[in-house]
Formats: sequence, structure tokens, C-alpha cells
Amino acid sequence: MKNKFTIVSIFTLAFCVFTAFINSENPYFIITKKDVELKIPKGFPKPIYKFKLNQPTPEGFILGRKLFYDPILSKDSSISCGSCHQRIAAFAHIDHTLSHGINGLIGNRNVPPIQNMIWQTNFMWDGGINHLDLQPIAPITNAIEMNENLKHVIQKLQCNNNYKILFNRAFYDTIITSEKMLKAISQFVGLMISANSRYDKFMRKEDTLSQQELNGLKLFRLHCAACHKEPLFTDNTFRNNGLLTDTSLKDFGRFAITGLEKDKMKFKVPSLRNIEMTYPYMHDGRFRNLKQVVNHYAKGIFLNETDELIRKINLSEKDQVDIISFLKTLTDKTFLYDIRFAEPL
Amino acid sequence: MFLLKKNISIILFIAVLMAAMSFINASEKSKLSIQFHHMVGSKLLKLDSVFYENELNQSFTISKFKYYIGNIQLKKKNGTSFNYNTYFLVNEEEELSKQIELNNIPDGEYNSIRFILGVDSSHNCSGIQTGALDPINAMFWAWNTGYIFLKLDGSSPASNSPKNIFEFHIGGYKQPNNCIREINLNFSNPLIISSTNKSTIHIKTDVIEIFKTPISIDLSKISSVTNHQYSTTIANNYADMFSLITDEK
Ligand code: HEC
Ligand code: HEC
Repeated sequence: MKNKFTIVSIFTLAFCVFTAFINSENPYFIITKKDVELKIPKGFPKPIYKFKLNQPTPEGFILGRKLFYDPILSKDSSISCGSCHQRIAAFAHIDHTLSHGINGLIGNRNVPPIQNMIWQTNFMWDGGINHLDLQPIAPITNAIEMNENLKHVIQKLQCNNNYKILFNRAFYDTIITSEKMLKAISQFVGLMISANSRYDKFMRKEDTLSQQELNGLKLFRLHCAACHKEPLFTDNTFRNNGLLTDTSLKDFGRFAITGLEKDKMKFKVPSLRNIEMTYPYMHDGRFRNLKQVVNHYAKGIFLNETDELIRKINLSEKDQVDIISFLKTLTDKTFLYDIRFAEPL
Repeated sequence: MFLLKKNISIILFIAVLMAAMSFINASEKSKLSIQFHHMVGSKLLKLDSVFYENELNQSFTISKFKYYIGNIQLKKKNGTSFNYNTYFLVNEEEELSKQIELNNIPDGEYNSIRFILGVDSSHNCSGIQTGALDPINAMFWAWNTGYIFLKLDGSSPASNSPKNIFEFHIGGYKQPNNCIREINLNFSNPLIISSTNKSTIHIKTDVIEIFKTPISIDLSKISSVTNHQYSTTIANNYADMFSLITDEK
């Protein structure tokens, strides 16, 4: 009897040591210095975000990843960033037209992908946020997303021993502040870089495209690239691409930020990388598939006086199919299956 | 090569010496406090309990009053000036926040003080800030990046908003909706800062000025101001809400 007891206690002890080891030394899987090195892809411009002021470290990245997937950031611990931003969809929300938030509430915009953020000047469909570090405050405090207040989030983290350890590792300080939390999230989100699609390999002369894809690329450069500028597939501006305003959502885009009449119905030109995976499309998710999108540009454009770059585009049925086949070369499996960004278990 | 190294060490030595001397000089720098006195006209501001009246005889109570002060500059007689690069959040609810302490002010005679109500554009555009500007202070718009410079909340029977409340949340650093206002106050007698006497500037912050000059605010029409519309109107009004209280006790 006594023996049995000792064996059980030894096992329990070993188990505790083992889990403590897992928890403290190697929480999930190993992130090395090399994993958090910023490598500017060939042909990409200089990033806007200054990693110099927030140097990524394995510890900072692991903390950022934990925060990204932790519902502790929401009021009732039900929703994390990762609930809306899914890795298999380049961190968009696959097959959801409008975002789903806390208590099943429905937001008023389609969840955009998160990729190549460090080259972006403004965030959100209307560009209302001017810095990557400040972006998470919006979903955390939005009443229909995570519905928390920042002060309370910091208090919750401060009360959590595991976070105290993780913050201490990342920033050499057990005192948790909004600055440290946000910078850790930026280290994680900022390193989400997509630059290894078949298109990229073609540009680097490592792969070839089919005749159909090449024709699609040609048409794309002719009709689309003025706004969806290579290699990021956005020129970081706000434009009206001829969508009619949805009368129930009454979302006028950039106008809400600037209050200027000329900005009505302008939205940020979205990147088209991984576009195959990020359906449905547009700020309100009105188009289910790429066929509908390209058909919009060919036939459905609502012409108005607000953007000089938008005009009805003459595209035959075949042209439309070719453009779509080109758009699919922007799918970047290296990024979509990158284990560094997976939810830790 | 050896000579060069030697020279460098001499230069280094002198640099260290100079740094040390400037440290000693620091004893000729002193403290200054600025005490804000919140008033509504001639009455002291008291949250929730006291009724005040605007120019249109609409009565109201105040439940929240806070604002950012920054880019403080003290001007000397001889034209030189001293800049203090810290932001302060003055909050009626927190007694301590109404007295701000500036350290390391060079001793001397000063003629005027200048500061802004608001947060300048560089602090609105360079990412996460700390201290008084930490967004946990809830003086920050998350969906349209920028600080709220001033919050004045209250209620008034004249207001047509739900529960008769009024809310003025004023911010915006971009033209044409720039709500940063520069405040200049001249001392009638020079302010002497020296280590031997503790200097305090007393400033009256008159809430009633937010409701008038140049534009009289009609609470039945304007009860919720958050951005764009009317924010600059309120900003023009608050530009003159500060004055020096000269007869110190
Ligand atoms: C309820 C769903 C939801 C949650 C939770 C959520 N997001 Fe989002 N996210 C969205 C939507 C919707 C948008 C677009 C919002 C807009 O345009 O107004 C967005 C936009 C973004 C963007 C900007 C993308 C761009 O291209 O401008 C980033 C970055 C981002 N989210 C990161 C995060 C992070 C980090 C978290 C966790 C702190 C988070 N999100 C939580 C739905 C969500
Ligand atoms: C005038 C600039 C402009 C041109 C030209 C243009 N687009 Fe767009 N595109 C936009 C804007 C702006 C949006 C976002 C609109 C919205 O959501 O309201 C967009 C959205 C899209 C989307 C949806 C992206 C998403 O994440 O939901 C796709 C796909 C797309 N465009 C493809 C194309 C193709 C293909 C062409 C050429 C046939 C083209 N665009 C030409 C500006 C442009």
C-alpha cells in the first residue's frame, strides 16, 4: 500500500515536472532566432513598419502568437483574434460575408486577410488606423467584436502567472503594459509575409506559368494593376471600384474617417495575394467567388464621378477565365502552411 | 595609430568630465508646479451635484471633465525659452492630476508660459505611446486613430440625447478638423524660478468658456460631439478657457 502510494506520488511529481517543463521552457514548438529574422523578399519595397523600434525575438514572437490565439483578450473569453482570422485563409475568415463577434453579434465588414502588413500605411477597409501597433485596440474594444477595455485586458494578463513569465522573457520585465502587449502582437502579425506564390517564383524565374495564366497576367497588368499594384497588389490608396452602396449597411468607407464628400464609397485597395483562399470578396463580402468579382469589373460597374481610374473594362468570357487563372497563381502555400503561425496547442 | 588611440582617450576623458560637470550644474535647475483650478464661471466645479447655466439659461450638470496638456514652453525675459516634452492628463476626478510637477527647469526669470491643449500630430502618428498618452486611459479613438484631447460629459434637461446627456469628446490633429489649441499666458510679475523658493503657477480652467465665445452652444441642438461636425467649434471655444490666477495666497 505504502509502495503504491510512493509510486503514484513519484508519477505525479514526474508529471508535474514534465508539464512545468513544457510550459516554461518550450511552450509549443521551437521558434529560433532565424524564424524571426526579417527577410525582405526580392522586389519588395522598404517596409513602412519599423522593426528597428520593435526588434522581433523568439520570445516576443511566441508571446505575440499566444496573445493572438487567446480569447483572454475578449470580455467573456470567447473570442480570439484567431477566431476571425484563420490561417488557412491567409488570416481572413473563410466563407463568412460579415465578421462574427462576441455573443454571436455580426459586424459590418468582411474580415480581410492579414499578410504583408509591414508594407501597409493604413489599416482596415477605410484606413482609419495609422499604425500597426495600434490596430489590435480596435477589435479588443469594439462592442461587437471582443467588447473589452484595454485597462481590464492588461489587468487580466497581469494576474496570469503564465503571461508574467512570457512577458518577462520577451521584455525582461514582469510589469505588463499595453505597449508591450501591442508590440508583441506586432512581432507576430508583422512577420506574416506572403512572397512565395507561383507568381513570385515566376518573377524570380524559378517557375513557369501556363499560357492561360500568362494571358491572365497580361490582362491584369492592363486593367487591374493600376490599383492592385505589383508586387503587393495594392497601391495603398483608397478608391471606388464601382460598387453600389449596400442600403442596409450604409457603409461609406473612407468618408467615415475624413468626413470629405469626395471620399464617399472609397475603400482601401486590398492586396490580391492568396485571393483564392479569402472568399467571399469586397468590404461587405458581397461576391461569393472570383467569377462574380471579375464579372463585376466587366459588366457590373456602377459608374460615378468619384474615381478616374475606374471604367468599364472590356473583358470577353475567355479573358475573364484567364484573369481568374492568373489570380490563382497568387496562392502561397508556403505562407498558408507556415507552422510558425499555427495555433499553439 | 597609437597616438590616435591616445587622443581618443583624452577626448573621452574630457567628455566624461564635461558630462559630470553638467550634472553638477543640474543643481541650478529647480521645480515648478502648475495647479489647475476647475471652475464653472465663478463657481467651483463639482461633478454631478451642482447645476450650472450656459448663456441660453440652459441648466446642466457635469459628470466628467478631463483634458491633455502638452508641449509646455516657458519663456525667459531675454527671449530664450525652455521646452518640457511631457504630456499630462488633467482629470477632475483625480485631485493629484490637477497639480502637475515639472522638474529640472533652469533657474531664472520667466515672462510667459505656452502650452497646447491636445496632442500634437507626431504623437498621434507614431504608434503606441506610454505615460499619460497610454491608450488605457481611454482618451483614444481606436477605429480612427487619434487622441481625444478633451472630454466633457454631463446632462441637461435641454439636451435631446437619450437620458438628456451631453458628450463633448473633442480631438483631431488633421486639417481642416484640427482641434489642437495653443494657449499663451503672460505673467503680470515675472515668475522667478530658483532652488530657494518653490514656484507654483495657478491656472483657472473655466468650463463655462467651452459653451461660449465665439459660439454660444445650444444644448438642445448640440449635445453629442465626437468628430468632424462641431468639434472645431468647441475647440475654438475652449481656446480661451485658461487664465492665470495672479493673487496667490
Ligand atoms: C470579430 C472578428 C474579429 C476579431 C476578433 C479580430 N478581427 Fe481583425 N479584423 C476583423 C475585421 C472585420 C477587420 C476589417 C475591419 C474594418 O475594415 O473595419 C479586421 C482587420 C484587421 C487588420 C487590418 C487588416 C488590413 O488589411 O487593414 C488586422 C491587422 C487585424 N484585423 C488583426 C487583428 C488582431 C491582432 C486581432 C486580435 C487582437 C483581431 N484582428 C481580432 C475582424 C476581427
Ligand atoms: C480603381 C482601382 C481598381 C481597379 C482598376 C481594380 N480594382 Fe479590384 N478593388 C479595388 C478596390 C478599392 C477594392 C475593394 C472594394 C471594396 O471592398 O469596396 C477592390 C477589390 C477587389 C477584389 C476583392 C478583394 C477582397 O479581398 O475582397 C478583387 C478580387 C479585385 N478587386 C480584383 C480586381 C481585378 C481582377 C481587376 C481588374 C479586372 C481590378 N480588381 C481592378 C480597386 C480596383
